[in-house]
Amino acid sequence: MSLVFAGVLSHAPGITGRAQRADPALRDAFYASLARMRAALEAERPEALVVIGAEHFANFFMNNMPSLCVGMADWYEGPIEDEKWLGIARTRVPGAAELSSRLITAMMSDVDLAYAQEWKFDHGIMVPLHFLTPRYELPVIPVNINCQGPPLIPLNRCWAFGRALRRACDAAPERIAVVATGGISHWPATPDSGKINEPWDRAFLAKFLDNRREELLAYSDADTYRDAGQGGFEIRTFIALAGCTEGSKGELWFYAPIPIFAVGCTVAVVRLAPR
Amino acid sequence: MSLYYVQKLLFELNRDPVVRRQYEQNFDALLKSYALTDEELRAVREPDIGLLYVMGVNGQLLMHYAALRGYEWDAYIAAMREGEKRYGPVRTGLYKRAGQST
Repeated sequence: MSLVFAGVLSHAPGITGRAQRADPALRDAFYASLARMRAALEAERPEALVVIGAEHFANFFMNNMPSLCVGMADWYEGPIEDEKWLGIARTRVPGAAELSSRLITAMMSDVDLAYAQEWKFDHGIMVPLHFLTPRYELPVIPVNINCQGPPLIPLNRCWAFGRALRRACDAAPERIAVVATGGISHWPATPDSGKINEPWDRAFLAKFLDNRREELLAYSDADTYRDAGQGGFEIRTFIALAGCTEGSKGELWFYAPIPIFAVGCTVAVVRLAPR
Repeated sequence: MSLYYVQKLLFELNRDPVVRRQYEQNFDALLKSYALTDEELRAVREPDIGLLYVMGVNGQLLMHYAALRGYEWDAYIAAMREGEKRYGPVRTGLYKRAGQST
């Protein structure tokens, strides 16, 4: 079939782990947007969900750090973190190994990838799944972009990965959904946790929603670190999705800084242009 | 400084149930598996969360170790701030390097 759904959403662990400490009105509005995203996703009847995430040293470490890695297992498990800390119970998540293998093989014509047949999801994937597939029935294909341990993959290669993913999805008979999940500006797990640069976030989101390639690829890591913190490096996930949905425009369904969640909480979907 | 090995210890402690059991049963024996300096050993053992932060340990690793050692979220943030006051700015790692170059 092809790509049938694409969107972006936040994944910060506080979204579930510190839910009770947030402004209830903001939190509930954010949760409502996530529920709307779930309904929109389900309406497209996807057979698999690709989650482009930026994990946080759950599976990958500086002894052998892939820039890009795609899961290729029949099942995964998560969260790797303490269940009480994250507020999500540990569970097994179905994978789609055979489809993963086909997508990886197709993408390898265009980009270098690592693959993994074992993967323990951290909050970076479990928080999105908690809201989008809370019964864990939809097969998931995880993708990791290293956004934690420099040297980091350049932004243009994230775009190229997204393009390759789109070509691979369009060549597959299955109905495939893709979501990307990352922070925009944030300083997670540091003394500046809770700091959020809303104007920077909104400027980035405007470029993302308009799919402005040149402007998205113009960010330097030095500028991003200065203005958006180390969490800002996770714009790589958004840029990969923009490459995957090249030529399509997005709609912002929710954005609000929620400091106790340590991120500008975001929900957006891309209206996929016909191909 | 052997920031890599401090972070590797915390990475494995966070994710590997076998390493977690070793930590619970004989922490000192586990620590011998990693090439840590005396200062790093002290910071990990106490723990001195603020010093670990100043040494450059990534918060995505450190926050889980802090939680394991009983630090609630606000106490974890406070410990890092206290570390900066007591030991000075972050010495190496992402939070130093990313602020200076690339």
